[in-house]
Amino acid sequence: MEAFLHQVFSGLATGGIYASMALALVMIYQSTHHINFSQGEMATFCTFIAWALIETGFPYWVAFFATVAIGLVGGMAIQRILLRPVENAPILTNVIVFIGLLVIFNSTAGWIFDHTIKAFPSPFPRGTFFDTQYFSSHEIGSIMVTLLVLVALYVFFRFTPLGLAMRAAAQNPVSSRLVGIRVSWMLALGWGLAAAIGAIAGMMVAPIVYLDPNMMAGILLYGFAGALLGGIDNPWGAVFGGFVVGVLENVLGAYVIGTELKLTVALVLIVGVLTLKPTGLFGKVVVTRV
Amino acid sequence: MGAILQASNLDAFYGPTQVLFGVGFELREGGITTILGANGAGKTTTLRAVCGMVRTAGEVRLKGERIDGKATEDIVRKGIAHVPDGRGTFTALTVEENLRLGGYVRKDRDGVAADIERLYERFPRLKERRRQQAGTLSGGEQQMLAISRALMLRPRLLLLDEPSFGLAPLIVKEIFEIMRTINREDGVSMLLVEQNASLALDLADHAYLLETGKVVIAGSADAIKNDEQVRRSYLGY
Repeated sequence: MEAFLHQVFSGLATGGIYASMALALVMIYQSTHHINFSQGEMATFCTFIAWALIETGFPYWVAFFATVAIGLVGGMAIQRILLRPVENAPILTNVIVFIGLLVIFNSTAGWIFDHTIKAFPSPFPRGTFFDTQYFSSHEIGSIMVTLLVLVALYVFFRFTPLGLAMRAAAQNPVSSRLVGIRVSWMLALGWGLAAAIGAIAGMMVAPIVYLDPNMMAGILLYGFAGALLGGIDNPWGAVFGGFVVGVLENVLGAYVIGTELKLTVALVLIVGVLTLKPTGLFGKVVVTRV
Repeated sequence: MGAILQASNLDAFYGPTQVLFGVGFELREGGITTILGANGAGKTTTLRAVCGMVRTAGEVRLKGERIDGKATEDIVRKGIAHVPDGRGTFTALTVEENLRLGGYVRKDRDGVAADIERLYERFPRLKERRRQQAGTLSGGEQQMLAISRALMLRPRLLLLDEPSFGLAPLIVKEIFEIMRTINREDGVSMLLVEQNASLALDLADHAYLLETGKVVIAGSADAIKNDEQVRRSYLGY
């Protein structure tokens, strides 16, 4: 029983990270209907920046917030420079840009920081919280960080004029322009937020899986599975899906299929959801009259 | 009073298709001008051209300042509010969020809050439904919301695209009455596009008649009401 609980709890901890990645995907999907395949690589790259800052001697939290800021600005820059020119291009053009970004970030990370596996520090070392046999400090800490991010995003979207403008722009770009919202900047901000969330997820998962250029490849798949499961157009559903995938992956991996087939869980979920219930659990069903 | 909006030699295009051909008009400040015409004459396009929502050639001036070629969001920031066809409400957002978005570009937070309250007094039904999603409102309520949303900008000029569309006659009467009040009390100039010509001519002081993208008749509303051709083709008596 104890071992089982431990599996569930550490599933929740990684689930929080999948939830963050799912949320980052939803953030871009809602306003553009594109899945950003390079989301994971962008997060890894940000984590490398954090690692470099920490190696240079900056305190952890300084490096943490600097990385989040770099992610935010970098994400916006990518949207303005690379994606704005193809805004009205066919979807495949966008997909190619995403794949290009993925390759660029992956190789550049390897080129600058090399491919050796690096240890990444946790801001919550053993003993900082009441860690028990079920939970390590880092697991509790990273769940708390995930929840904080969610609350911050909720407050931003629900209560600030800018958050309201972003929701409006995602929903109805034409009307948004008619009230004076600069829609293309809202898309850029969406990219920035997604990159920043990804950066946080990367820094939270790196102490568990270690840092290397391919760190987020699998995690993005889990995040994608979570987003699809919950509903790709529903941020809360995506977060819920992320947590479910984390727990499922851990429990199934420990008791049913073994650790080697863990990633298969994500892939089966993706294919399963897309064939059986494409809107996910909480997604909006769009009915079109023809 | 002078002109608030002048358009001259205005062409408009959807892709390669030209829809307006050298349209010219002038709106008197504080007045209500209407553009009449059959389906496909270019009425909606004229409003879109003013707002920079379609590709145009020619000149549009707001109080003498050229606004053609500017981005829609910049034209809106100069004080032109547009209630588009289909009303353009944010259906998944609440009534109050729609109103707040209407005042999005304004810097005076207190003024925005006060204006929302003022509009609630004018439209008590919107106040009752303030937390409801805009998409759940009835057609008439949505039109009131759309006009209120536009007024939140404190516009100098209000563009209205078929406010009577799809509404019951009684509601239409109410909405036109509201528009008259807004024009008189707040001094907002209006450019109204309408299918219902007799209704529009009763409200407006000036009118233009469009046919296949060209202005064919222009003049005071009274003169146009008595024009033989207009009477026969658009008023039906």
